[in-house]
Amino acid sequence: MRTLSLADAVALIPDGASLMIGGFMAVGTPESVIDELVRQGKRNLTVIANDTAAPGVGIGKLIGARLVKKVIASHIGTNPETQALMIAGEMEVDLVPQGTLIERIRAGGFGLGGILTATGLGTVVEQGKQKVAVDGKDYLVEPALRADFALVNAFLADYLGNLAYALTGRNFNPVIAMAADTVIVAADNIVPVGVIPPDHVVTPAALVDYLITQS
Amino acid sequence: MDAQTVIAKRIALELRDGTLVNLGIGIPTRVASYVPTGIKVYFQSENGLIGTGALPEEGMHHRLLTDAGGKPVAALPGACTFDSAMSFGLIRGGHLDMTVLGGLQVDQTGHLANWMIPGKMVPGMGGAMDLASGAKRVVIAMQHSAKGKSKLVKVCTLPLTSARPIDLLVTELAVIAFPGGQATLLETAPGVSVQQVLDMTEAQLVVPDKVPEMALSAASL
Repeated sequence: MRTLSLADAVALIPDGASLMIGGFMAVGTPESVIDELVRQGKRNLTVIANDTAAPGVGIGKLIGARLVKKVIASHIGTNPETQALMIAGEMEVDLVPQGTLIERIRAGGFGLGGILTATGLGTVVEQGKQKVAVDGKDYLVEPALRADFALVNAFLADYLGNLAYALTGRNFNPVIAMAADTVIVAADNIVPVGVIPPDHVVTPAALVDYLITQS
Repeated sequence: MDAQTVIAKRIALELRDGTLVNLGIGIPTRVASYVPTGIKVYFQSENGLIGTGALPEEGMHHRLLTDAGGKPVAALPGACTFDSAMSFGLIRGGHLDMTVLGGLQVDQTGHLANWMIPGKMVPGMGGAMDLASGAKRVVIAMQHSAKGKSKLVKVCTLPLTSARPIDLLVTELAVIAFPGGQATLLETAPGVSVQQVLDMTEAQLVVPDKVPEMALSAASL
């Protein structure tokens, strides 16, 4: 793990990168990283996240700044800008059931090629997908998802990069930390090693590539 | 009593002690206000919480403690939090005893459509498909009609949420179940006749000989 300033960490991200971003309606989203992506004007991004929050909030800032080429999410209903860009054909949006989305990401991080799920059977979600029967039950084959970068928000990080989360800020964060080539963490609090007891570490430091230093 | 209150109160009587229940946004959220006394229900919020409680006192909310709509909630004593993979493992894995969801249409075989109106509203399915496919019991809270048109239809014209039929539909007029894949009238709301329900319903309804009146509190059962 290396520590970097916010600007230097975001400078690692090239135009056209795929980003998994933590957060559920911007709760648990690394807001400072989003702001810096907008400031540095990164373009043609692919965003993989639960939702696109709302205009001017969390991932909604990337959408509003037209920095996103493609979104893979479960819900965009709270962001009319995402819907308008999708309908106008200016941004590709792939809508995935929430449980399938997080499990595809988990598979990507856990060395699995994909998952089998009954969710989406008999709906538009099954269009174009392979179906298999196991023990007489039908499932959809949903491929694993990975990304170039995971942008993680933790409540606590220690000096080594061990992470703990708080309340509903956890959501996608520990799962995306497993599923990207480069893991960048913005923590609300950075604390000495040992402050997070071993049993409370959710994301081991070995998974973290860069921890953003407090400004 | 307004339609939404009737629906929420009736569905609250479906809650059982010690069960894990997920409430959707809208009318379903209101079910939590009418939990019968003497039972303990674990309410799950799919963003990663079991033990959601009513809104905290003004000024006592925490920015990292929210419901599935991103709104502040409280956590009750004994609450626990977890990541989204665990949350949907609970839902798909047969651990969730009941989900209460809203509906745009339910058809006479029990199929649910509740996530999009093509060309008009494309919000994404969020957790609805996992909930409708994975929960042990799927209960729908839905107003009986919209703009005078029955939402309990012969065949759903909107995109389905799941191929798996729902278990129970509660509207402000009636309680309907789907034994053998046929919409069957179980109860009518106070002051509502069987004929009135039939007149307001597009779907073919099976009507048993006796259709009792809907109870709205445990005391009146």
